[in-house]
Amino acid sequence: MHELGIVFHIIDTVEKVGAENALTSVSSVTMEVGEVSAVISSYLQDCWQWAVKRSDLLNGAKLIIETMPARTVCNHCKKTYGTVAYGRICPFCESADTVLLTGNEISIKEIETPD
Amino acid sequence: MDQLRIIEVKQSVFANNDAEAARIKKQLKVNKTFLLNLMAGPGAGKTTTLLRTIGLLKDRLRIGVMEADIDSAVDAELVQTTGVKTIQLHTGGMCHLDAGMTEQGLMELGIEDIDLAVLENVGNLVCPAEFDTGAVKNVAILSVPEGHDKPLKYPLMFEVCHALIINKIDVLPYFDFDMDKVVEYAHMRNPKLTIFPVSAKTGEGMEAWAEWLKKEVIDWNS
Repeated sequence: MHELGIVFHIIDTVEKVGAENALTSVSSVTMEVGEVSAVISSYLQDCWQWAVKRSDLLNGAKLIIETMPARTVCNHCKKTYGTVAYGRICPFCESADTVLLTGNEISIKEIETPD
Repeated sequence: MDQLRIIEVKQSVFANNDAEAARIKKQLKVNKTFLLNLMAGPGAGKTTTLLRTIGLLKDRLRIGVMEADIDSAVDAELVQTTGVKTIQLHTGGMCHLDAGMTEQGLMELGIEDIDLAVLENVGNLVCPAEFDTGAVKNVAILSVPEGHDKPLKYPLMFEVCHALIINKIDVLPYFDFDMDKVVEYAHMRNPKLTIFPVSAKTGEGMEAWAEWLKKEVIDWNS
């Protein structure tokens, strides 16, 4: 359910970028969403459809979601592995001393404008 | 079709919120007000813990409370009976508070005469952990009936917290709740976490928690 809050933050940021670049319309927003970011893409799309109608700049804009793979490094054996398959326990040495390298990002990559 | 122009943004969705949170924290320092962000799942005992904490600290600290819920004012009405300044915030359907909403709440509460402001966040172990509110310390409450595996299932909540209250220890005999395991799992996610086993209902363990909080408040405000 925090997808709606995230959508509001996306719209705020894009409206700021729009004002800085004197844009009147945005046709799409591309997001980079990590595999373990706790954001569900379909919910994000649903919230987006509802919320963009309330923005003059973004009305009708498409939301494009690029999924970013999650990788974790083990501090004990120094190997990296896919987070989704193995979680926080290293599959090589079974250490729990692991750090997520990528995969929790929720970032706005770029916007497209007809202006 | 007209040519579309691409503008690179490359910005985390949380960047604006984090900047706002940092600004709130700075203002709290200037104001000598400590903000506690209290988080937990629904029914873990946030309000009961808060009532007991207020009882232990209100003679020594000037306390203000912001109750955040999706709807209703039942929590605020209950906290108001302690005599401390209380307001109810409605998130309008959202499952967490962000920095912007917290700032509005602090303005409504008025913090000039407050040493300890408590934000009782929306009952949820997932979303509130994502949004920095500008609080000086984040504290989570996990209750015995919820189970000792929660630090593994909701890791971010335990990573962003400074202290963890394990509530409802009075019902330990009736649940398969392993206290050693919960401490191990919580420290796996966050080795610096300070843990307080309490029963907000009977008062057991509450002094240690209240003392910790009082010391944090005094350190921040001095």
